[in-house]
Amino acid sequence: MATDALLFYAFAGVTVIGALLVVSQKNPVYSVLSLIGAFFGLAGLYVGLEAPFVAVVQIIIYAGAIMVLFLFVVMLLNVPREDAAEWDRSHPLYRPMAVRIGAAMAVLLALELGWALSRATDIGGAVNAEPNERISSVAELGEVLFTRYMFAFEVTSILIIAAMVGAVVLARKRQE
Amino acid sequence: MPLGHYLVLSGLLFAIGTAGVFLRRNLITLLLSVEIMLNAVNLAFVAFGRAHGHVDGQIITFFVMTVAAAEAAVGLALVIGLFRHRESLNPEAFTSLKW
Amino acid sequence: MVSSFIEFMTSPMTIAYLTIVGIVFGGLQIMAAVMVYAERKVAAFMQQRVGPYRVGPQGLLQPVADILKLFFKEELRPKAADAFLFTLAPIISVAAAYLAFAPVPFGAPTDFFGMLPEKIPVQVSDVNVAVLVIFAVASMGVYGIVLAGWASNSKYSLLGGLRSSAQMISYELAYGMALATVVMMANSLSLREIVDAQQGYWFGFIPRWYVIPQAVGFFVFACAGIAETNRAPFDFPEAEQELVAGYHTEYSSMRFAMFFMAEYINMVTVSAVATNLYLGGWHGPFIPASYGWIWFVLKLGFLLFVYLWLRWTLPRFRYDQLMSFGWKVLLPLATINLILTAAGVLYFGGY
Repeated sequence: MATDALLFYAFAGVTVIGALLVVSQKNPVYSVLSLIGAFFGLAGLYVGLEAPFVAVVQIIIYAGAIMVLFLFVVMLLNVPREDAAEWDRSHPLYRPMAVRIGAAMAVLLALELGWALSRATDIGGAVNAEPNERISSVAELGEVLFTRYMFAFEVTSILIIAAMVGAVVLARKRQE
Repeated sequence: MPLGHYLVLSGLLFAIGTAGVFLRRNLITLLLSVEIMLNAVNLAFVAFGRAHGHVDGQIITFFVMTVAAAEAAVGLALVIGLFRHRESLNPEAFTSLKW
Repeated sequence: MVSSFIEFMTSPMTIAYLTIVGIVFGGLQIMAAVMVYAERKVAAFMQQRVGPYRVGPQGLLQPVADILKLFFKEELRPKAADAFLFTLAPIISVAAAYLAFAPVPFGAPTDFFGMLPEKIPVQVSDVNVAVLVIFAVASMGVYGIVLAGWASNSKYSLLGGLRSSAQMISYELAYGMALATVVMMANSLSLREIVDAQQGYWFGFIPRWYVIPQAVGFFVFACAGIAETNRAPFDFPEAEQELVAGYHTEYSSMRFAMFFMAEYINMVTVSAVATNLYLGGWHGPFIPASYGWIWFVLKLGFLLFVYLWLRWTLPRFRYDQLMSFGWKVLLPLATINLILTAAGVLYFGGY
């Protein structure tokens, strides 16, 4: 097997197993850690797609900042594990009608996805057959980001400020 | 690697994230599942960008990441506020419109 | 298959690369041991004591004795601790510490005294986004501390872990800003190219090191670097008097030793990065370029001494002082510095 295929399957495996562990763990701390593992897998895939900058940013922003925030909250609240009895009582899967409709929708969605992928014509071609210097260049990335996507970039800064103020206001202890 | 492989992987991750949102009864895990879905989309963007030889796919992932960061900050602030009221993270505990 | 593998493994280039990996791995361990000794001797010097002097000549074998003691201590684990994470935490710490040194070059490209057909860079891996990789790996180190604090299931440990995560996230911003400023001046993300941009002299005798135009940036980087490595005067996660050693209260024996080693290796890495970014790396007068690593080691040693010097000179901040210093002094300073540097780079058309 070629090296890049081997690497793809290795990183894809890490990512999928990490994601599965996130949704199957009862303890939120382990969920957060599994997600960090999945992010490392994704970072590996990005390197394979000649996007080293995205890979590094993925680690810095997602694994290094957002996940620390999650871990911080989990530890601060000392979140209880999901109680099995409560799970049974309150879970939507235990409502028959909802379950039937939901399951039908899920099957439809999966069928649709499979149909779409099988009919797509040009997805069989190799993505990274020949190296592309332009794609992996940070300078090129910055140039496009600060010219063509300038407006979106500026709007993002407003979003971030709004989120920051919102988070401070929401998490503040109310004086009563 | 063929583009299809990346797309199937992306769809798989998105499905896992969706399943997490539907199946889990813990607000923090719900937020984590949403992060998985966002990352699945990111992977598809980068793969498409590489296939077409454009950097635009990578740039959109930066915007997705910023939105994810904003979402996590506000979401977690909400979770802390809710936890202070009900001592629970089960979404079923917050079905009443007023308390 | 096997013969081609053997041929690959015995080719001079492969052996040269493996040698460099070995130098980095062994060198970091030796540096950690040297720092243990230096820490005690410098402390003694500053407090007008003798320091360790019984084990070996001048107490030189003290680190060996320390390591032996840690090896033979009993491994303790609190009953209520999370067994898996309790073991994983020190591993994450030490792995992140080693990994952060991988993209750091410590000498001019060399051909090992003519034994190789071409020159190879003296670093484990020459990635073109090296600065960001170091930043990313350094931000992984916080997990070791946070998880140790949580997994120990002890109040002091948890407080230490929470303090450290808040502190490291706060100072990471200033750290990143300082890095970005240097990247902008050098117009490259590769540490090797940043070092080479600092070659030469102004007016024939002032070295073109970034510490001169970027004195503010160096100050920000040094403060943030000390905070990132949890050293005095920012050593809140392990404040002995208030938290009985913070996140590693419950650790003993080799698990504790791994945290200890990670702390010293992180100090070495931050000093090495500072040397490369601000002090001209392996460039310097009097020593021929092929022996540039001597300059590198000298600068590194000086910065490490400054670490110890600060520890025994400055008292610990209060926690609120630490936070307001990080957010209200360091971050605005770094941002203004970044904007001014950007304007300067634009105006003068590059550095």
